[in-house]
Parts: sequence; C-alpha cells; structure tokens
Amino acid sequence: MMAPRSIIAFTVVCVLAGASSRAFAQGGMAGMDHSKHRMGPEIVVPKGALYTKADIEFMQGMIAHHAQAIVMSRMAETNGANPHVLKLSRKIDQSQVPEIIIMQQWLRRYGQFAPDTASWHDMRMDGMLTDDELKEMSEAKGVAFDRLFLTGMIKHHAGALKMVDDLFKSPGAGQEVDANVFANDVVTAQTAEIGIMRRLLSQLPPKVKRPPSHPRSVSR
Amino acid sequence: MSMMRGLVLLLATTVVPTMVSAQTYPTSKDPRSTLKPGRFDAGIAISNMKQVSFVKKPAAFDTATGLKFINSDMAFGTHYVYQANFAGFTIWDITDPANPAMVSATKCITSQGDPTIVGNLLFLSAEGAGNRNDCADGGVQDPKDHMAGVRIFDVSNPKAPKLVKNVQTCKGSHTHTLVPSPKDPRTVYLYVSGQQAARPETELAGCKNGTDPADPTNSLFQLDIIKVPLDHPERAEVIPGARIFTGLDGGGECKQFCEPADPRRQAAAAGRTRPAPDPAMPTTPRNCHDVTAYPAMNLLAASCSTHSIVVDISNPEKPFRVDALTDTNNFQGRHTAAFSNDGKKLIQTDEWGGGTGPMCQASSMIELGGNTVITLDAKNKQTQRGYFKLPSAQAAEENCVSHNGGIIPVPGRDLYVQGWYQGGVDIMDFTNPDTATEIGYFDRGSINPPKLIDGPQPPPGTPEVRGGGNTIGGSWGAYYWNGLIFSSELDRGMDILELTPSAQLSANEIAAAKLVRFDDYNPQSQPKMTWPAAFVVVRSYLDQLVRNGGLSSNRTAAISSGLDMAEMKTGAARATALNALAQQVDRDVAGARDGARVRTMASEIRRLAAASR
Repeated sequence: MMAPRSIIAFTVVCVLAGASSRAFAQGGMAGMDHSKHRMGPEIVVPKGALYTKADIEFMQGMIAHHAQAIVMSRMAETNGANPHVLKLSRKIDQSQVPEIIIMQQWLRRYGQFAPDTASWHDMRMDGMLTDDELKEMSEAKGVAFDRLFLTGMIKHHAGALKMVDDLFKSPGAGQEVDANVFANDVVTAQTAEIGIMRRLLSQLPPKVKRPPSHPRSVSR
Repeated sequence: MSMMRGLVLLLATTVVPTMVSAQTYPTSKDPRSTLKPGRFDAGIAISNMKQVSFVKKPAAFDTATGLKFINSDMAFGTHYVYQANFAGFTIWDITDPANPAMVSATKCITSQGDPTIVGNLLFLSAEGAGNRNDCADGGVQDPKDHMAGVRIFDVSNPKAPKLVKNVQTCKGSHTHTLVPSPKDPRTVYLYVSGQQAARPETELAGCKNGTDPADPTNSLFQLDIIKVPLDHPERAEVIPGARIFTGLDGGGECKQFCEPADPRRQAAAAGRTRPAPDPAMPTTPRNCHDVTAYPAMNLLAASCSTHSIVVDISNPEKPFRVDALTDTNNFQGRHTAAFSNDGKKLIQTDEWGGGTGPMCQASSMIELGGNTVITLDAKNKQTQRGYFKLPSAQAAEENCVSHNGGIIPVPGRDLYVQGWYQGGVDIMDFTNPDTATEIGYFDRGSINPPKLIDGPQPPPGTPEVRGGGNTIGGSWGAYYWNGLIFSSELDRGMDILELTPSAQLSANEIAAAKLVRFDDYNPQSQPKMTWPAAFVVVRSYLDQLVRNGGLSSNRTAAISSGLDMAEMKTGAARATALNALAQQVDRDVAGARDGARVRTMASEIRRLAAASR
C-alpha cells in the first residue's frame, strides 16, 4: 500500500478538480478488456461537420491517454523520484488535467460522448502502459522508479505523437480548428518533454543489480 | 489496492491543504484574483494605466464556436491597426483612439493569422489544416486546395483588401517575422516558423520529414525563408532555409528556482553512460515557435522549444547561429523573444499549456509559463538571469500564460508590455535582469463561470455558456505604439490603454515614451528606439535617480531647479544654462551610487543644449 500522504494527495486533487474518486486514484487492477480501444455509443458524424470520426476517436482516446499519464505522474510524489523527475511529473500533471477538460468540452460541444478520467482502465491507446508495468512502477522507489517513470513516460509520449500523426494521416481529419490547435499543442509540448526525459534518463546512475534475496515484485 | 480505494472514498470528502510544494501567488490582496466573470460585463482591475477605449469584434467574427473566430496578433501601420483573426482580419482606423472605427472585416479562414504590414502589403501566417487557397470555409476537400504558408494581401484600399498570393511552405506558418534587406529597401524576407511536420510530397513537391538535421533536403530542422520583392509581391518565393539547429546539443543548466541538487545523481555522474542517440527522438528542437528580429543589431532571437537561439542576420539569406541556451529544468516551450533597446538583454517567454490552459492559478508552478531574462555579452553569448511570472492568481477558468508583447520606449529603463491571455495585460520592468518586477496591469474576470474535470454533461436544450463550453479569451498580445497600448482580445475585441503616472513610472517618463513614433510597427521585427533631445528625456533620468536613490536628494533637487530655470530661457541663453548644468552634473558622477545613469543624464543635457541653439 502506498503511504497515506500519497492517497491524500490523490484525493485532494480529485476533490479540488471535482473528479470522481475512481478516476485517477485507482491503481488499474480491475479486470480489463485489452482488446477494447474505444468506449461509449457508436459515433455519428453529422453531414457537413468539419470534423471526422477520426477526430472524435482521437479526442476520446487522448482523454484516456492523458488520464493514465496523470496517474503515472502522481506516483512520483511518493516513490522517491529525484527532484528533476518530480518537477517534470508535476508539470505533466498540471499540463494534462486542463487538457482533459478541453477535450471533454470539445466532445460535448459536438454532442459526442466524452469519456471521463477513469476511461484509461478500459481504453488502451498507443504507448499506454500495461497493468503490470504500472504496478511495477508504483512499487519501485528512488532511481529504479525514475528509470521506470522516464522510460514509461517516453513510450507514453511517443504514443501520443503517433496518435497525432495517425490523426493527420486520416483523410479530412485534423481540420476543425480546435482539434487542429490542440493536436499541434500536444506535439509541441510532448516532443519537448521527450527531449528532456531522454536527458534526465542519461543522467541517472548506472543500473544496479538487485540483491538475490530481494524477491521480484512483479512476475511478467 | 482495494484497500486504497476504500481510503480514497473515505478521504474524498475531507479537505486537506496543499498537495505539492508549489510556490503560490499573492492572492489575498490582489484585486485580479476575485474579478466577476462575464463576457462584456466582467469585473475589471487596472493599475497605473487607464482604458481609452474598447471595441467589440466585428459581427463577421463574433460567432462562438471554439477557436474558429478568435482574434490573434496585431500589426500597426500609419493610423491603422491590423488585427488578425483565425477566420480573417479586421482593419481599424485609430485616428481617434477613443473611438476606433472599423474600416473592413475580411473573411478568410487563416489560422492562426500572425500578421505583418509593409506599406500596402499585409502578410498572414496560415498553419491550420483546414485553411484553403480560396479562403473559404468548409475545410480542405482536395489536398491541392490546402493553404499552409504565408498569404499576401494588398491593403492599399483598406476598405477592400485583395488576396495577391498564397506562398506555400512545407511546414506551414505558425508565425513569421519580417527581416528587411540591408541592401535593397524594396526587398523583404519573411522568416517562417512552422510547428507541424512537413506536408506529404504528394501535396507539395519537395517536402520531406527526415531525421538528419544536416540533410539539406529535410524540411524539418530549418527556419524557412520567403523572399518578397515589394514591387512584385506575386513573385514572392521560398528560398533555401536556415539550418540553425545543426550540431545543437541538449546542454544547459538551471540558474534559478532549481530543485536542490540530487546527491545520488552527483555521485553517479562519473560512471554515467549515455544511451545511444535516437534520431527519431531528438533531445534538441527541430523548429521554432517564433523568432524576433532586431535588424539594427543584425540579430535574431529564436524561441525554439527547449532552446533560446541567437542568430546573426547580417546577410538575411544566410543567417547563422551564434549561441544557444537551454533551461530544461524550467523553460520547455519557448514562445517569443524581445530584445532590450540596447540589445544587451533578451526576454524569452514560455507558453506552457499552449495558451489554452489555465497556467496562472495559485497552484501553478511559478517558474513555468512566464518570462525569463537573459543577458548577452559582447559576443552575444547568453546568460540566463531571472524569471518573471504574472504575480496574481487567476481562476481555473482563465486560460493564462505569458504571451506576446513589446518594448515601451522609456529612456533608461527596460519595460515590456505583454498579453497573458485571460491573465490580462501586464507591464514588466526588467531593467535589473535578476529581479524583474511588475509596474502596471489591466485584467478582466473570466469569460465563463467555472467548469470542472469530469463535470456533468449539461442536459440537451440547456442554454449553453459562451463558446459551447469554450473559455478561451484574453489578450493575445499587447503592444505600445505611438503613445498607446493596444491589446488584441481573443473573444471580446480590442482594448486601447494609456499609461498613467505613478510611483513606478513618472509623467516625464510617460511623456518621453510618447516622443518615440513609428509609422509601421511589427513587434517581432523590433525597431531601434531613439529619443529626440527633450526636457522630458532628461527629467526621466532624473526621476529614475530620485526613485533608485542613485544620486543624493539635494543634488537631484538642484538639478531639477536648474532644468526648470533653463527651460524658461530660449535659444542661446538656454543652451548656455544647460551646458553649465551639464558641467555640474559631470562632477556628480564620481560620488553617485548610479554614476552611469548620472553620466547619461549629463550627455542628454548637452544634447538638449545643442538642440536649443
């Protein structure tokens, strides 16, 4: 179990942000359908709309994608992250919470289903971590956590960039102005953060072998 | 984990103070933190300036659907303000600043529309994937109709602007910056920053998304350049770009507000192994957000993601990198730069959250999403100094981060007026690069009342809030031009503001600033500011010496009456009195705490004497 402070930290944010308690706080252990890549009702795009089905799926999927990044970032508060990793994780947290609101508002404006921040349990977008990977990260401390966090978040961010790439490759997609600006902002922010995380990763101490007496916490 | 879930539910109703050790803003007394929301009836807080006028957006752009109709940046020419909008642009006649008159509103879907004006030519940046060659709404149905690059309008008849040419570029144009030719006054260059990946070659020939920064055929890792013959704008063309990113390293270090050094990291520093470089995931930028030219100094400051890059533009067709600086600890989204008038300081802004996020809340990290001040040495190498962030806590409903601005021409001081979206307009004094401070502001309450993450979906038929939930607004940019401050309000319209005297800024300093006038003003192509010889200029330095205690009060009082006496005289008698005063002031330099300012004042008195003959 995590230290109480971490739970308080999670909870305060959920209360302050008005999120459901399930949203970010749950560790992702519930039974999950990995084949499921979208949720909610069938997407209907009205005639003459400036957005496509791909835009809707992008926004819905990116909510889940962001929500998992926030869960990962908040682990840094309690797992002995080094100050630079901690700072970056807070930046990611503070950046992506408002972005989720933007995506939810966008979907609602067009009468589309807006997933909530618990959706990451049920949707697996590009670069998202598996339950096992999340569990391993949540149990790691110090440098081991930093390494798992940075490698995991680089993969996670690279997945977001691929989602944007796929969006723009989809015919007619990415043209609606808000979606276009948002997708470009994701690229700008996350490309820079990947560069920073790669630098932080290169500055970590060399990997140390675990003592043999210490049981592996995760079986994969 | 199920136990944790139970605890969370239990704790969910408990209010617990601060979650992280983030710095907080002064919230209790700042009037900006508690303003009433509203689009046109929001509460206003204003300090050390007054509102001259406000005009609403033209009806053509007053349609609330997200960002589609928001105002963006501004350019200034003769007595017109060119205010861009994601769906076109407005030309305002500001002959009477108390009553700006709309001359025309030109519809042309052009996000984000970053404008510059040169004579009768208006240039607009086009980046959005839905921009079409024919300006029309409806999106790009056929890729050959896609317009990404720079549009050129002829505005010789401001009532009926005409589209002259669409110059297509591989990455489109998020922003562009005007660079005049040092040789030919009838040629200008546009340095184009594109944020997106290159378009497919099937859409525009010659475009390529490569990973090698040095590859001359790679559309990425270069600043694009358009050459425009002003007499034949239809012949404007893309010329080879500037590869200012080649050989850039990811180096750099935090100077202020850094987290404490990590002992584990230091201990391991010797045994560090670097992972093999992955060209697909560079640690250095591949493009800039914006660049600011200072043609009088042959310099360009480029704001490129994690890097602040100084570029020599002596030959605008062959610009080259002079220096690069990173601050990966804090600054990660470099947005726009500005030089101090003497070219020895640089401001870089950080658009954390992209402009649509509320990054000025009490809980927001204070060293992100603000400005950093950099000093330049004789070789234009950069040293990072202080940070500055809007010192008020904005609501969660207010998109807020540092954005565009320009220099206020007060002699002897470095002042920057700037838009912070819904954080309002702010004036930063960065004369001391280590401790930039605020000396004035203008702010409105949020456009919409608050909304929450995972908040309830309004039932169908509910009268919706502004923008169908969109809350994006505030000042895109605020600029000082010919005595007034102009602020482009994204959702509401345009504000014109005027400085008022205060302890932080004297009537003489305000009057001296009004002496600096430019026919055309493109803020990202920074003009050199010079002041005519004038009593208000001399008195500006004197007021500064009184304010900073740079010279003893009996001497400042004596110099003040000396100036008053000289001003009552005319012609040669005035010149004689001023020269005598200058000699006295020369003798003050040695004993003064701010001798440099006293010396400058003496030379300004002599300049005034020479002009009095």
